[in-house]
Amino acid sequence: MSDMFAGAEEHLKSRHRAERRFRWMGRLAIAFSLGFLTIMLFSITILGKGALSRTEIALRVDLSIEAVNPSNIEATSFNKLVRNTLFEAFPEITNRGERRRLLGMVSADAPFELERQILAEPSMLGRVQTIWLTASDDIDLFEKGEVDITLPEDYRRLKDLELGWLQTLEADGQIRSVFNAAFFTSGDSREPELAGILSALVGSILTLTVCFGLSFPLGIMAAIYLEEFVKKNRWSDFIEVNINNLAAVPSIVFGLLGLSILLGVFGMPRSSPLVGGMVLALMTLPTIIIASRAALRAVPGSIREAALGMGATQVQSTFHHVMPLAMPGMLTGAIVGMARALGETAPLLMIGMVAFIVDVPQGFTDAATSLPVQVFLWADSPERAFLEKTSAAILVLLGLLIVMNIVAIVLRKKFERRF
Amino acid sequence: MAQGELSFTGRKRPLETLVRGALFMSSLLAIIVTVGIVMSMVFETWLFFEKVSLWEFLFGLEWSPQTAIREGQVGSSGSFGAVPLITGTLLISAIAMLVAAPIGLISAIYLAEYAGARVRAYVKPLLEILAGIPSVVYGFFAALVVAPFIRMTGGQLGLEVASESALAAGLVMGVMIIPLISSLSDDVINAVPNALREASLGLGATQAETIKKVVVPAAVPGIAGSFLLAASAAIGETMIVVMAAGLAANLTANPLEAVTTVTAQIVALLTGDQEFDSAKTLSAFALGLLLFITTLFLNVIAMRIVNKYRQQYE
Repeated sequence: MSDMFAGAEEHLKSRHRAERRFRWMGRLAIAFSLGFLTIMLFSITILGKGALSRTEIALRVDLSIEAVNPSNIEATSFNKLVRNTLFEAFPEITNRGERRRLLGMVSADAPFELERQILAEPSMLGRVQTIWLTASDDIDLFEKGEVDITLPEDYRRLKDLELGWLQTLEADGQIRSVFNAAFFTSGDSREPELAGILSALVGSILTLTVCFGLSFPLGIMAAIYLEEFVKKNRWSDFIEVNINNLAAVPSIVFGLLGLSILLGVFGMPRSSPLVGGMVLALMTLPTIIIASRAALRAVPGSIREAALGMGATQVQSTFHHVMPLAMPGMLTGAIVGMARALGETAPLLMIGMVAFIVDVPQGFTDAATSLPVQVFLWADSPERAFLEKTSAAILVLLGLLIVMNIVAIVLRKKFERRF
Repeated sequence: MAQGELSFTGRKRPLETLVRGALFMSSLLAIIVTVGIVMSMVFETWLFFEKVSLWEFLFGLEWSPQTAIREGQVGSSGSFGAVPLITGTLLISAIAMLVAAPIGLISAIYLAEYAGARVRAYVKPLLEILAGIPSVVYGFFAALVVAPFIRMTGGQLGLEVASESALAAGLVMGVMIIPLISSLSDDVINAVPNALREASLGLGATQAETIKKVVVPAAVPGIAGSFLLAASAAIGETMIVVMAAGLAANLTANPLEAVTTVTAQIVALLTGDQEFDSAKTLSAFALGLLLFITTLFLNVIAMRIVNKYRQQYE
C-alpha cells in the first residue's frame, strides 16, 4: 500500500513540475514578443540618431570683387568658385583623378549652399571668408565613425587619399559636426547628406486630411444608420458582413481598386494625395464604422426615450442627443484608424505615390509621397548613408503614431462616462 | 377642423427624409466598395485570361512575366504560371504561423489565466504595439537585421542561406501577427465560463491541467478563428515580403532559399513604368483577385466560427 502512495507522491511532484513549466512557457512567450519589440526599436534608434547631425567643412573662399560681382551675384559660377577654393586649399594636388576625389569631399549641393549663404548676407562679399559647407555622405559617415578603415583600401569608398586630407582639415579645425536641420526642412534628394523628410511629411498630412475628411463623416453616418435607424433584418446583416470583411481585406487590394477605378476609370491625378487619401479612406472606413457603432451602442436607451418622449423626431433625437454623447468614442476610433492609415504603404505604391519627390507638395493634386513610402524608397537605396535617414524617418513615423495613440487614449479617458 | 391643427401626423419633414437618405447611402458605401473591388479586378482579369489561359495561370510551374520564351507565343511576353508564387506565399505564411500560433496562444493563455490584473494592464497594450507598428518598419528590420543574422548563423552551421530567405521574412511576419492571435484568443479564453474551470480544479486537477484539458478545448473554435484571421493577414501582407523576400520565383519548400509571393509580385508588376494592356500588367490584377478570394474565404470562415462560438456561451 505504502508503495502505491509513494508512487502517487512522485506523480504529484511531476504534475507540479509540469505546472511550473507551463507557467514559464507563458512568460517566455511574452518575453519573446516584448524582447523582439525592444531589439527592433533599440536598433532602429541607434541607427537613426546619426541623421540628426551632419558634417561640415570650412573653406577659405575668395569673395573679392574679382571673384563675385556684388551687383550681379547670380552671374557668378559658384561651381567654379568651390572648385577653385578646394584646389587652392590643396595646391599639391594636380592629378585629374585626385582632383575629382577632392571635389567629392563636399556635397554636390555645396555651390548652391554657398550661393544661398551669400544671398542671405551680401555684406560678407569683398574679401576672403571662412565658409562652412556640407561634406559629402562618405565624409559624413567617416566622421560618425561608421567607416571601417581597417579594411583594405579597395573595399572602401573612402580611400587613404581622402583620409589624409581629412586629417589635415581636422588638424586645422576645419571640420565640425552640426545639427542637421535640413533633415526636417528639405525634401528627398539623390544625395543622402541633403535628403530630408519634409516633402514626405507634408504628403502624409495631405493624404491623411483627405482620408479623414471622407472616412470620418461617412463612417459616422453609416454607423448611425445601422445602429439607430435600420431594423435588424437580412439586409442589415448583409451590410454588416460586408463591413467586417472589408476590415480584413489585404490593404494592397484597395490599392488595386484605386489604380483601376480611381485612376483608370475616373482619370484622377496619379501619385496625388487626393487619390491616396481616397484609397486609405475606403480602407479605414470599416474601422471607423465598427468603433462608432460600439460608441453608439454604449449610449443608454433612456436618452433616446427621453428625447422622443419630449416630442423630438428620431433624427433630432439622434443628432442632438445620442451623437454628441457617442462623439468621444467615435473620435477615438477615427484616430486609431488614422494611425493605421498613416503607416500604410502598399496601397500607395499601387497608385504611384512612389515618385522621387524633391519639392514639398502644394495641394491635393500635386505628385506626392508619404512618410512610410519614403522609408521604403530610402531602404531600397544602395548608398549606405541612407541607412541612418531611413531609420530616422521610421523614428519620426513611430513618434507620430505614438502621439496619435496617446491622444486617442487621453480622449477616451477624459470623456469616458458610465451611464 | 379647429382641433386638426394640432395633428402632426401628416406633416412632411423633407429635411428628415433627406438625412435618412444620406445615412442610408453612406451605409451602402461598404457594399459599393466591395462591388468596386470585385469589378475592378474581374474586368482586368478577364482581359488577362484572353491572353493567357486560366489553366496555365493556375497550374503553370514557371513565373517569368518579363521574358519571352518562344516567338509568336500567345501573350508573347513571358510565362504566367502562378504556382511558384502560391507556394512561396504559403511557405512564408506557414513560417509566420509557426512562430505566431504557439507564441500568440501561449501568451493569451498566460494573460487570461495566470497574469494578475496589473501585469495584464501593462503587457496587453505592449503586445498590441506590435500590431500597431507599420509593416514597412518590419520589412526594414527584416532585411537589415534579421536576414543577415540568419544568413550568418546558417553559415556557421554550414548551411547555404539566401540573403533574401523565406525564413527571415516569415519570422518577422510571425512576430507582427502575434497580437492578432493573442488578443482574440485572450477574448475567447476569457469567455469560457468559470464553472468549467471550477469543476476541473475541484476534481483535483492542477491549473495547467485545467487549461490544457478543459479551458482550451472549450475555446478551440474561437482560437481556430483567430488562427484563420492571422493566416489571412499573413497571406495578404505586402511590405515585409517586398522588402525582405525578393522577387525570385523559386518553386521550393526550403525556408533557407529565396521565394517570392503573390503580393510582392503585384507590387513589382505595378510600380514603375507600365503599359496598361500588356499581359504583364494585367496579370497583377489576376493575382489580386486570387488574393482577394483566398483571404475573403478565410475571413468568412473565421468569422462564422467565432460568431457561432460566441452564441454557444451566451
